Amino acid sequence: MNYVFDFSDLQQYAGMIVHGIAITLALTAAATLLGAVIGIGGAALQWTGGRTIRIVIASYVELIRNTPFIVQLFFVFFGLPGIGIHIGEMQAALLAMTVNLGAYAIEIVRAGIEAVARGQYQAALAIGLTPRQAFRAIVLPQALATVYPALACQVLIVMLGSAVLSQISVTDLTYVANYIQSRNFRSFEIYVVITVIYLLLSILLRRLMNVMARGLFAGRQR
Amino acid sequence: MNTLPLCSVTVSRRLCKIGAAFLLAAGMLHAASSQADALDNINKNGKVRIGVFMDYPPFGSIGPDMKPLGYDIDMADLIGRALKTKVELVQVTGDNRMAYLAGGKVDLLLSVGQTPERAKVIDFSNAYAPYYLAVFGGPKLLVKSNADLGGKTISVARGTLEDLSISKIAPADAVIKRFDDPNGAISAFLAGQAQLMVVGNDVGATIMAKNPTAGIEQKFQLFSSPDHVGLNKNEPRLAQQINQAIGQAKKDGTLNKISQKWLRVSLPDDL
Repeated sequence: MNYVFDFSDLQQYAGMIVHGIAITLALTAAATLLGAVIGIGGAALQWTGGRTIRIVIASYVELIRNTPFIVQLFFVFFGLPGIGIHIGEMQAALLAMTVNLGAYAIEIVRAGIEAVARGQYQAALAIGLTPRQAFRAIVLPQALATVYPALACQVLIVMLGSAVLSQISVTDLTYVANYIQSRNFRSFEIYVVITVIYLLLSILLRRLMNVMARGLFAGRQR
Repeated sequence: MNTLPLCSVTVSRRLCKIGAAFLLAAGMLHAASSQADALDNINKNGKVRIGVFMDYPPFGSIGPDMKPLGYDIDMADLIGRALKTKVELVQVTGDNRMAYLAGGKVDLLLSVGQTPERAKVIDFSNAYAPYYLAVFGGPKLLVKSNADLGGKTISVARGTLEDLSISKIAPADAVIKRFDDPNGAISAFLAGQAQLMVVGNDVGATIMAKNPTAGIEQKFQLFSSPDHVGLNKNEPRLAQQINQAIGQAKKDGTLNKISQKWLRVSLPDDL
């Protein structure tokens, strides 16, 4: 092997790489918050709502979970303008990530709700809580505590999946890597650096979510 | 969109141009000594054989009626009329065309960009067709030069000559959106996700032809490498006749008509 590694050329792009990390993290954070709202809200509606609502939510979940993320992204960015809806690449990215994470989150939270023993809900009604109170105070907290690891894992998947956002010119970490590679042709060096950064981001994010879990579900973790 | 095959042809053609120049160098060693004057040969054969691309619209392609059509096909007719002889179109590829010329399988080549490497092994006529990169945009956008790009969004395929050319000259507040391939850049522009795009004039003409209602127009030129007629070295009589035909066609507006027909722009004044 005669390849001479040269990482020195990457120094001038340090600012760009930091920018890419910031974009990746910001989009992941925003999509996580919005996706969690959709996930919990959707699962709750599915639990309490009538037949029509359940069918609508199930259709959304099935549609998103059974199509590739990049196709959803292209539909938002390249497709929607065709019917007059113009949204920039950042908004398109956030929308696609949120809609995608939301669908998975609904399914995960739903599984958590079903895992809560039926007796818990009935006991809550028996001591005089309204159905809504019983759901909010008894069923949902237990459900979330149970499926939290799965939700956290889905957030990581969304962050790593955000690499395809570079396809619609979102200047995320992967876009920056592709850009640098197209300028100095040092593919090995830049992709090694980017891979390590993604790995560190994943580890840090998981640690952060574990810490959050201790606060959120104190005393409930089984 | 149908532009992807087109664009990949453009890219591979550029690569092929370089490789073919080397091939030709070998071929020349055989050809130079044995060949009589090319113009005599053309007259003796009663036809001029012209090498054209058939997979490179709008310069050369096969129409729905299976007949060749394009800028180069019209140009070949024009040469035939000037030499007062029949035209035989010979389909060539980027790989084989220089060898075809050196080996005497064709008398002339069309769509040849002038490069120092090629100038060592073949001669060029005067330029007969514009080939350049340009900034394209919608009709309402007032963009005439680099400075007007400030605050505008421009889509390009990352790492291409288009990208490098526009990145070099665009002001700092221009937003260059880079996509993985030309198709992505063109789609983003057509979807309104970028106000301007940078593509070759050949691609631009095809996009304009397919989207006649969008009113897309060429804003200004970037990198330019016009097309020439390629011919073997040491053929002064043939070269003179070709240049005369090109000069005449420029003067009487024939070439301008061909340019407007296939490239949808007038022939540049400096060609």
